[in-house]
Amino acid sequence: MFDLKDLYQEVIVDHNRSPRNFGKMENPDRVAEGFNPLCGDRLNLYLKLDNDRITDLSFDGSGCAISVASASLMTDALKGKTRDDAEKVFNEFHHLVTENKPHDVEEVERLGKLAALLGVKEYPARVKCATLCWHTLHSALEGETTPVSTE
Amino acid sequence: MSMNIAQALSAGRRTFPVDIIRADFPILQQEIHGKQLAYLDNAATTQKPLSVITALDDYYRHYNSNIHRGVHSLSEKATAAYEASRNKTKDFINAASTKEIIFVRGTTEAINLVAQSYGRSRLKPGDEIIISEMEHHSNIVPWQLLCEQTSAVLRIIPINDDGELIMEEYGKLLNEKTKIVAIVHISNALGTINPVKKIIDMAHAVNAIVLVDGAQAVAHTPVDVQALECDFYVFSGHKLFGPTGTGVLYGKQALLEQMPPYQGGGDMIKIVTLKKTLFNDLPYKFEAGTPHIAGVIGLGAAIDHVTKTGLANISAWETDLIQYALAESAKINGLRLIGTAKEKTSILSFTLGKIHPHDIGTILDLEGIAIRAGHHCAMPVMEHFKIPATARASFAFYNTHAEVDRLMQGLDKCLEIFG
Repeated sequence: MFDLKDLYQEVIVDHNRSPRNFGKMENPDRVAEGFNPLCGDRLNLYLKLDNDRITDLSFDGSGCAISVASASLMTDALKGKTRDDAEKVFNEFHHLVTENKPHDVEEVERLGKLAALLGVKEYPARVKCATLCWHTLHSALEGETTPVSTE
Repeated sequence: MSMNIAQALSAGRRTFPVDIIRADFPILQQEIHGKQLAYLDNAATTQKPLSVITALDDYYRHYNSNIHRGVHSLSEKATAAYEASRNKTKDFINAASTKEIIFVRGTTEAINLVAQSYGRSRLKPGDEIIISEMEHHSNIVPWQLLCEQTSAVLRIIPINDDGELIMEEYGKLLNEKTKIVAIVHISNALGTINPVKKIIDMAHAVNAIVLVDGAQAVAHTPVDVQALECDFYVFSGHKLFGPTGTGVLYGKQALLEQMPPYQGGGDMIKIVTLKKTLFNDLPYKFEAGTPHIAGVIGLGAAIDHVTKTGLANISAWETDLIQYALAESAKINGLRLIGTAKEKTSILSFTLGKIHPHDIGTILDLEGIAIRAGHHCAMPVMEHFKIPATARASFAFYNTHAEVDRLMQGLDKCLEIFG
């Protein structure tokens, strides 16, 4: 039996209510747009890069609690990280929310606050809400110009 | 079972025998996340009564065979059952003849058929097609495609903030260039019941033909195509308690006869030589290939089920339900109804504070309540109300006041979590 608290944990409700790093960035080095046609979630991600290091990132847009909280948590987690670090975190995160296996304690610990999102695993329809910002980040880092869609 | 419904209704029971009706729908007898299922997503698709499930099973188990071509017993039986469904459909919407009943895959295919067969052969550059701002994408996109192909122009009837057509604006759009009016009978996103008879009469006054999208209407209100005088009426089987992949195009015989075939293939021909083909008569001219035989037979069973219960009884029960849901929803803090038309049925579309409809959908699911969250394939409606999505509870005749209560309790829970 699922418990609602597994999905809508305090961290998620909090990050949805007051998202961190929310707002359009002045003079970003990279911008990417993400769209989830299923939910109507839309987000813009703004990055400042110093060579391979993400020195600043912010987002704006609208979406469900999961997508907003996920973007908020992601931007918090990645500030100051290198591109490679970011990819690594994404791969671990993606792996944990999509793979059908019990969570490895160490892996979960490495995710830190992002682990609050692991509840989506029980809701296949909502996994895309949690991963939209990550796919958008990927596209921003790659410098792709077409909007990312989860479909 | 069905006899029980009929008996209960004819015995003059003052209340609708909803318990007996629910017993006919096996899927409703289950728990979701440990709670009794409350299925409130009927505008997306309806559940199937046992008689429909049995009809499919019976066909595949006992007389599966192709129709209109076999001389063997199974084929004769399948053909008879398939054509019996056509007759039931004719009676159900009071068409003048079975030649006017074309079986298709669904509402979407029926609209595309009319756009491509009727529209493409008739429309000239500068001709006008009128649709409305509250259409489902399936009654927008086929006309946009047709406009691209023929250089016809698409005109839009606007809606007001209650989600009603602005009839005055419709009157202004009509002119001698108007050739087709395609309008939804009941809006899937708003629940608005449109004044289709008036819309049809006004269109006919300028010699335009009218297609009515009845996908959301046929399960809720009696339809009489001859009284409406509509030129085309289209609907899906799966929103009428029948199988998916079935739908109906009703068209006036005179129009259908003049229209070129939509698809070529088997069953729609009389004689084929490598040089020329003589097309079959109505309705077969528009039914190329082997159709969804089991599905159409199942649709016939669904129509029987609805007819036995009585659309007048169904409509009265659902009116009572939606009135109750509207009154109860007014007590929920921050709930904004989308679609407050005076003439409205079966659909409660809303937003709740700043809570995203998808979060509402997930929280309700955990309470065993199935609703839809999203744009409901009516993005222009969302644009009108400046919202990305709504949460939508949509009712059928097997829904109860107790389920409305549970919906409201679920919404309270949403407010608790996000409050």
